[in-house]
Amino acid sequence: MTKQQIRDRVLEIIAQIVPDEDLSNLRGDIPIREQVELDSMDFLDIIMELRKRYGIEVPEDDYIQLATLDGSVAYLEPRMRDL
Amino acid sequence: MMLEQHDETRIVVTGVGLAAPNGNNLAEFRQSLLVGRSGIERIDIRYMGEVLAGICHFDPLKYQKKKELRRGTRAGSIGVYCAREAMIDSKLDSACLDKSRMGVYLGITEHGTVETENEIYEIKQFDYDVKYWSHHHNPRVVANNPAGEVTLNMGITGPHYTLGGACAGGNIALIQGLQMLLLDEVDLALAGGVSESSSSFGIFAGFRSEGALASHPDPEKACRPFDRDRNGVVVAEGGCVFVLERLRDALERGANIYGEIVGYAINSDALDFIFPSAERQVECMRLSMGKAGISPEDIDIINTHGTGTIEGDPVECQAIAAVFGEYPHACINNTKSLIGHAMGAAGALELAGNLPSFRDYLVHPTINLDNLDPKCNLSNLVINEPRKIDKVDYILNNSFGMLGINSVVIAKRFAT
Repeated sequence: MTKQQIRDRVLEIIAQIVPDEDLSNLRGDIPIREQVELDSMDFLDIIMELRKRYGIEVPEDDYIQLATLDGSVAYLEPRMRDL
Repeated sequence: MMLEQHDETRIVVTGVGLAAPNGNNLAEFRQSLLVGRSGIERIDIRYMGEVLAGICHFDPLKYQKKKELRRGTRAGSIGVYCAREAMIDSKLDSACLDKSRMGVYLGITEHGTVETENEIYEIKQFDYDVKYWSHHHNPRVVANNPAGEVTLNMGITGPHYTLGGACAGGNIALIQGLQMLLLDEVDLALAGGVSESSSSFGIFAGFRSEGALASHPDPEKACRPFDRDRNGVVVAEGGCVFVLERLRDALERGANIYGEIVGYAINSDALDFIFPSAERQVECMRLSMGKAGISPEDIDIINTHGTGTIEGDPVECQAIAAVFGEYPHACINNTKSLIGHAMGAAGALELAGNLPSFRDYLVHPTINLDNLDPKCNLSNLVINEPRKIDKVDYILNNSFGMLGINSVVIAKRFAT
């Protein structure tokens, strides 16, 4: 997968978790939780979807790297590039 | 012991919100009942295939966002819809209410079954590895979930809980709401019941294993209480929430009053897990009338519990004959023939369906009664067509459940 494809997949997951929100202007460099209503339980949904859809395990210590969309793509790129 | 008769201690219904397989509000529901319109349809459910069920078709996004639906349960969604509708119907101004003095009391038969079945089904595709088990599971399955979702949606900070009373849950929650008002625990009670049971394959499978799951080539004819050819229960989802207030408060604000709850009783058979006791049903009906300070001849409409099971229906008929045999004046009907068995919502929904009788003097019929079983020979059954009567002052509502729980609620016409 390319970085853009990975970005799109992450946005798809977020869209499922916050289905009432408009994600078209989501900025990559600001924490996602400051832009949409996403609490810690919703964040765990992201982790779960990555596990279910792509078999990716994100250890708790790495959660902080997924705070922004840019950070998420950077973290996931080496793990998803061969998918 | 009789209930006292002061404006502070008289409890009235000032709002109704409901979701039924044949109506999304009281007016639609009532019209469907009067014309004999069923809400039963065929559905497909995992491991069972095609079954018959009562399914509601209200818009769950009317009062909830998509995210709330995703996080919550069907029972919660039904509860929220009914509670919001009831509040609007009551014409109470939410902004002026002290939400710490509102209580939410919802009857259920069971809760958590649907969510657990879904979760197990989900992880099955991952070879039952529990790391795929949802972190949302626990708040979905706690028994208070349906009532809790109402408080979340409406910002209510007073008490909330569900009342597990099997198929008597709805009546029991009404009684609880009334009692909490009498105890001055709250000033407003949102009381009723919800059912999401039609989403649980286990409930269907359990009834089928008992030999008590109805079948019929025509879904709308499947639920046949008191009929010679009845063959069991039709499972339904649904909900009904009443706004209960003290009469004093209702009069002060010029509320529309649907009726007054004047009598009630709850007792137990102490007999069997499933098979009911006529003796205890008799006792429950008599206790409720004693609470109301009335006699059998005062009752104008009896809404039966009647689920359509082969064993259960005759027992209730025996009990009714024992109490009302010498006073055959009361008209008798049944709501489950039209909407199926709405489980925890049944008591509340079935009472709601009859409350308009205080205004229009019509008794809605029971349908699918083509050949009355001699063992269910009740006089004055209203069959297939509604009946106009001269007097509707008291409605008696039966709901009985597994483990021998019995409940009766009596509503009285409120006249200024």
